[in-house]
Amino acid sequence: MVDRFRRNLLIGVPAALASRPFAALAQAPLRIEITEGVVEPMPFAVPAFVPDGGAAAQLAGQITQVVIDDLAGTGLFREVPAAAHISKVASFDAPIAFADWKAINAQALITGAVGVSGDRATVRFRLWDVFAQAPLGEGLQFDGSTANWRRLAHKVADQVYSRLTGESGYFDSRVAFIAASGPKEARRKQLGIMDFDGANPVMLTDGSALVLTPRLSADARRVLFTSYASGAPKVMMLEGGGKARTVIADASGMTFAPRFSPDGRRVVYSRTVGTGADLFVGDIGGRSETQLTRGSSINTSPSFSPDGNRIVFESDRGGTQQLYVMSAAGGEASRISFGDGRYATPIWSPRGDLIAFTKISGGRFHIGVMRADGSGEKLLTGSYIDEGPTWAPNGRVLMFYREAPGASGGPQIYSVDITGRNLRQVPTQGFASEPSWSGLLS
Amino acid sequence: MKMRTTTRTGAALLLVALLASACSRMGDEPVPYGASGGYSGGDALGGAGGIGTGALPGGGTLPGTSISDRVLFSVDQSTLAPQAIGILDAQIGWLRSNPTLPILIEGHADERGTTEYNLALGSSRASAVRNYMVSQGVPDSRISIITYGRERPVATCADESCFAQNRRAVTVVTGGTGA
Repeated sequence: MVDRFRRNLLIGVPAALASRPFAALAQAPLRIEITEGVVEPMPFAVPAFVPDGGAAAQLAGQITQVVIDDLAGTGLFREVPAAAHISKVASFDAPIAFADWKAINAQALITGAVGVSGDRATVRFRLWDVFAQAPLGEGLQFDGSTANWRRLAHKVADQVYSRLTGESGYFDSRVAFIAASGPKEARRKQLGIMDFDGANPVMLTDGSALVLTPRLSADARRVLFTSYASGAPKVMMLEGGGKARTVIADASGMTFAPRFSPDGRRVVYSRTVGTGADLFVGDIGGRSETQLTRGSSINTSPSFSPDGNRIVFESDRGGTQQLYVMSAAGGEASRISFGDGRYATPIWSPRGDLIAFTKISGGRFHIGVMRADGSGEKLLTGSYIDEGPTWAPNGRVLMFYREAPGASGGPQIYSVDITGRNLRQVPTQGFASEPSWSGLLS
Repeated sequence: MKMRTTTRTGAALLLVALLASACSRMGDEPVPYGASGGYSGGDALGGAGGIGTGALPGGGTLPGTSISDRVLFSVDQSTLAPQAIGILDAQIGWLRSNPTLPILIEGHADERGTTEYNLALGSSRASAVRNYMVSQGVPDSRISIITYGRERPVATCADESCFAQNRRAVTVVTGGTGA
């Protein structure tokens, strides 16, 4: 029964498609229908997690809501609201009244309990296959500080997402970004970091110096960025809660567009050389760098493949901005973009299968994806400015920023599924741009 | 310390005229500046009278002069058009008569390109100006460059009339006023 149930769920859940190669997405007719057609989100119910004692009552309610928001926010699941529930779950270990949940067509049921002891919180949960009347996986427990209660909720939601889709989740993750304020002619920009859902934003710079292009490490503990603090733009790094500040490579020219290597030990970036810009790679904290491209053209926006062996980047060596792939050691590069318009900001998926990019065509900016060999190009969004995609830890979702035109226009961060569905704005206090998504936190 | 004058007189009018002529010919594809526009180099103030009115946002001049402090570029280009060469020649004349003052060339781009590419493009534009000045005998040691990409527009509307003003390289005198 569980097998049948899972199979049924997977059919309705496009996230599971990514377990197949992208080629199958584009070519298998049945999959195209599922991917491109209207998908009915899977109904789920989350009765309020049971507080273990009065001290946990408020936190239990908050955690329940974040679990619901995480799952519903994917567009893959639809919450059956509490007002429709027939059963109440008064005890975590009480038997489940499956008929009551079946009656409101909640296919998945998540039950949980929250305990608080001092400044520590514990969350337990179980996932149920309502129609099979059976648990889906083991019950699990997460512990953490009460201050990090949202992470506990994200951990639960990641487990549920993973069990229902066959994919790893992406909720317990963080995003570096640029917070912007002030008039467009003199925008004040600060480096910020927030949870994937916009919660817990913290500013890491004070706005006195222009900062651009943040890149968050997979563990969300370090961030590379481009800073004007010393005058001309230089690649810098913050780590250790924003206290330490290390210049990655300080030599001639201006440096910008940094990105971590997959192992986090090296950084690849652009340095201005003559009237162009070339790619360099260096060890973080080291003094030496290796030049990867040579020529009078502009080479920038580099991104490592997840295995660290290749780098995708943009170059105007052929006349206009196009995407190229080369060995991580430099040398010959192969052009992979051939459509109309200009291509920019390629980012290799953590799965390795896809490259997301910005495309400028017909006076509009688009976010798109293509296979690593350049085939299967698909545009997901388009507007006056849609730019700078960054991958969710599971390679299923992209964040990017969208900027409205004119003096009063400003950027906002959005997320979109790689099918092009479920476009959502990530809530931020003011203008926000240039998101950079971490890996799943441990 | 950066010094900028607020003198916006003849040079501003001239630039308005140049923009007006440039705008009509600029579409999505890069279009080189032609010889029209009422200016043929040499004297930055020549022939501007009666062509256009109104202030150019952010347009400035070198200290104590009416020499424009900026040159403009075509879409996605960093080559110097004839008009730009004319303005730079006037700037170079001023630099020769003020030989001790260091300058900073700011390169800028419009917002119709990506952030990182525009950083490189702004650097290309500033470098092109520096290279020309050096080729005309200005010591390289006097010149610094910086790119602002699309981060510091002087005009914020969403059409070519503003984009054209933002695709610029600005000569900023970074020493004393000198005039």
